[in-house]
Amino acid sequence: MSRRDPIKPILLCAGLALGVTSGLVAHAEDETIKVGVLHSLSGTMAISETTLKDTVLMLVEEQNKKGGLLGKQLEAVVVDPASDWPLFAEKARELLTKDKVAAVFGCWTSVSRKSVLPVFEELNGLLFYPVQYEGEESSKNVFYTGAAPNQQAIPAVDYLRDELGVERWVLAGTDYVYPRTTNKILEAYLKQNGVAEEDIMIDYTPFGHSDWQSIVARIKRFGSEGKKTAVVSTINGDANVPFYKELGNQGISADEIPVVAFSVGEEELSGIDTKPLVGHLAAWNYFMSVDDPANAAFIETWHGFTKDDKRVTNDPMEAHKIGFDLWVQAVEKAGTTDTDAVEAAIIGLETPNLTGGTAKMLPNHHITKPVLIGEIQGDGQFAVVWQTDAEVPGDAWSDYLEGSKDLIADWTPPIKCGNFNTKTQTCLGSQTP
Amino acid sequence: MPMSPTRTQRRAPSPSWHGLLWGLVLLALIPLNSLADALDAALIDLSDRSFEVKQAAVEVIAVSGDPRALKVLEALLDGDLYARTSDRRPVLAAASPAGFRLRDALEGTDLGEADRRDIRKITINNRMRTQLRSAIAALTLASPDAVLRLSAARELLGDPDPLVVEAIRAQFEREEDKQVRDSLALALALASLRDEDPEARLSGVSALAGSLDPSARNALTRLLGEETDPHVRAGAQRVLAGIEQKLKLNAAAETLFFGLSLGSVLVLAAIGLAITFGVMGVINMAHGELIMIGAYSTYLVQQAMPGLIDYSLFVAIPAAFLIAGLLGVLIERTVIRFLYGRPLETLLATFGISLILQQLVRTTISAQNVAVQNPSWMSGALQINPALALTYSRLYILVFALLVFLALLLILKRTALGLQVRAVSQNRSMARALGVRSARVDALTFGLGAGVAGVAGVALSQLTNVGPNMGQAYIIDSFMVVVFGGVGNLWGTLVAGLTLGVANKLMEPWAGAVLAKILVLVFIILFIQKRPRGLFPQRGRAADG
Repeated sequence: MSRRDPIKPILLCAGLALGVTSGLVAHAEDETIKVGVLHSLSGTMAISETTLKDTVLMLVEEQNKKGGLLGKQLEAVVVDPASDWPLFAEKARELLTKDKVAAVFGCWTSVSRKSVLPVFEELNGLLFYPVQYEGEESSKNVFYTGAAPNQQAIPAVDYLRDELGVERWVLAGTDYVYPRTTNKILEAYLKQNGVAEEDIMIDYTPFGHSDWQSIVARIKRFGSEGKKTAVVSTINGDANVPFYKELGNQGISADEIPVVAFSVGEEELSGIDTKPLVGHLAAWNYFMSVDDPANAAFIETWHGFTKDDKRVTNDPMEAHKIGFDLWVQAVEKAGTTDTDAVEAAIIGLETPNLTGGTAKMLPNHHITKPVLIGEIQGDGQFAVVWQTDAEVPGDAWSDYLEGSKDLIADWTPPIKCGNFNTKTQTCLGSQTP
Repeated sequence: MPMSPTRTQRRAPSPSWHGLLWGLVLLALIPLNSLADALDAALIDLSDRSFEVKQAAVEVIAVSGDPRALKVLEALLDGDLYARTSDRRPVLAAASPAGFRLRDALEGTDLGEADRRDIRKITINNRMRTQLRSAIAALTLASPDAVLRLSAARELLGDPDPLVVEAIRAQFEREEDKQVRDSLALALALASLRDEDPEARLSGVSALAGSLDPSARNALTRLLGEETDPHVRAGAQRVLAGIEQKLKLNAAAETLFFGLSLGSVLVLAAIGLAITFGVMGVINMAHGELIMIGAYSTYLVQQAMPGLIDYSLFVAIPAAFLIAGLLGVLIERTVIRFLYGRPLETLLATFGISLILQQLVRTTISAQNVAVQNPSWMSGALQINPALALTYSRLYILVFALLVFLALLLILKRTALGLQVRAVSQNRSMARALGVRSARVDALTFGLGAGVAGVAGVALSQLTNVGPNMGQAYIIDSFMVVVFGGVGNLWGTLVAGLTLGVANKLMEPWAGAVLAKILVLVFIILFIQKRPRGLFPQRGRAADG
């Protein structure tokens, strides 16, 4: 058995090296404030998450140029949970207990967030989560700087219905928790708005699905029955490429059946030929193409930091920037990095976002965000075609689902609860089993 | 006839273009110079930030009656229209050494060179695209170009405005091109469904008999909802039933095609394995990575010959065969030949090779997916009728899979190498006794299987994402097909692949993509219990060995 899997020893070495360096750091430095970065640098999610690691490193560097925080320098501690959900929990524990980080910026998929949640609650850490997600959660130790469903999915459906006159809906998604919960909320919302059962088609496909011919043919047939039809896509990752290709091949253009996507951004478009996608839509809270001085400055800093002026910026990067700014402000206000003090101080703080508005941290640990609908252009960027007049406050518990419409989250006294039932006036308590 | 239902139907996408015709009528009443002013103002408005202002501007330009308006609208639709930052005048920009060479969009006059910052692209949204298409259709219905007239006729299908119907009727009278005439006739039949006179409605209904255009079926369904005349009702019901019947047939044909196409992908992925695993008995876990290497060869060939994408596949196929084939020979010579007769160790070793190959691609090219382009002849669809279209990419790959299969069959049955391969796989020591250099044959056979996997990679690169992990998606399917078909039998692989493809697609509509796959897998497990040697078992001594 001499020709065994060669990867393992390499991994072991890498792990050892990492352990040694982080151990050294922990002994040598006590005058720095440590910031944990918990993003996958290998495995399937590396494509999206590596960029976010770089973003946090850039934010730390910028803050240190401004003189650090509380008179100390910031220091980023980077770990690699390797797109492996249980490893996320292990690495989170390592960051909190061994490195004693003041706050962690990390996670992408909902399943990784669910995996680290008990760790952060047990060890009383702080996590800033930057990605749009399905809601139905609010933890004392997590700050959700990405969009809740009412800040992305619901406004996008409103746009399709009111601006494009869509009456039939295809809810297509990848088969996991985020699309399923989002589609459940959307289905309930559409039905409450008088859309009939037969005008909604729901379809799930596995990760990395590539044979889209029969699903696209079904969408085409569904859309040819006289009512304006749109596809609301929670299809995740690289399965989008063959999906859009098949749409193009079967002759479905964006003005016949528009597709609005919640997981396709500048980063995802940067590797593919966008000509067949022109006119399809995406709903986010930030686009790189937004014409705003703060955004221009951010992009310039990003290009300077990465030394590559082709690198794109995207929505979760903005979310990290907002989360980082709010955390810095909260630490300055509290005068300490202590979790409870920062948690109390951060609620109500405001910081400018990159689209000309203001992001405010709400008592439910979500933030206010504008909702933007963009059309894909030939150059891989989005042209904003619609946006909300003002920022929308993030809603942790959906108003359209039976189990959650009476729930609110409020971490200020006297409620101090992530799932408070307004009918029975009780707190349901910890959500982690 | 009540018009309101159709109105609400069309309410959504565009300020409908029949405003144009009324506008043309009103033209005569407005003094000319103010019209020219309005056109100028509208052209400036095109560069406004608000899409509402832009839409209003397009409306004005479309009704201006200016013969040059069409060019401006077409440029806008194609995304070729820019606004000069200095005076917001719309211009056409062509790339030039100094930046851009500008021409006035309306006059066509040369405006000199400009920098990237001097112009800004005029963006449009879906609503404007629909509006522009209708406006262009209205302006090109009488165009001398039959292709333009056809697309105009299609665009105006089902428009209820009497003025539009008049224009269509006038064009129908003088139309000579058959396709355009058919489209116009369909439009007229749809219009006559809204006629006051039951006779006219009835004739409209009969004219729609057998039409597979979705608008025909929708119009008939709508008519049935509001029709009071019993004759027309009966006629409409009959025609609609006929259409439904035809649609069902077409849907069945479509499902069959999808099934065969998925099957052809399975066959392509598995056929290399049918040689390495089926004929040689090597459990080759690196098979998926050989497919991946083939797909990356396509990418590299395309990188090497930009601008010749249409021909790239013809270079990529032999290139992928050679690269993957040589790699196969290398793997066989350095690893597998020491492990013949030890299936577990072969499995582990080839699994290790698959990881090495993946990491090799990650470090040398990129961990991200790469963009493999489709040649123009691979995109689009063959429109058999309005309800049935076969996409070219799938069609070519189906044909390609059959060609690869036939070629392999010929090699194995008709060449000296094929004879030696079969001899070695049936009885190694006897073959050696007869002078066959079995080591050389082993290397060549493995190389052949690997090369075919590479060729499959070229085809798959046209359908799916090309990335370091892509091979993983095919390895299970490939083993499934080979085992189901019967190890060591090429025909078995073909039949098994196509059967599984069609079965999968038949189940997908009611079971969903995920469950259909599970059901297929369960079926195969049960089948193997019953017939462990697959569909076409090998008989005789070789099978027992």
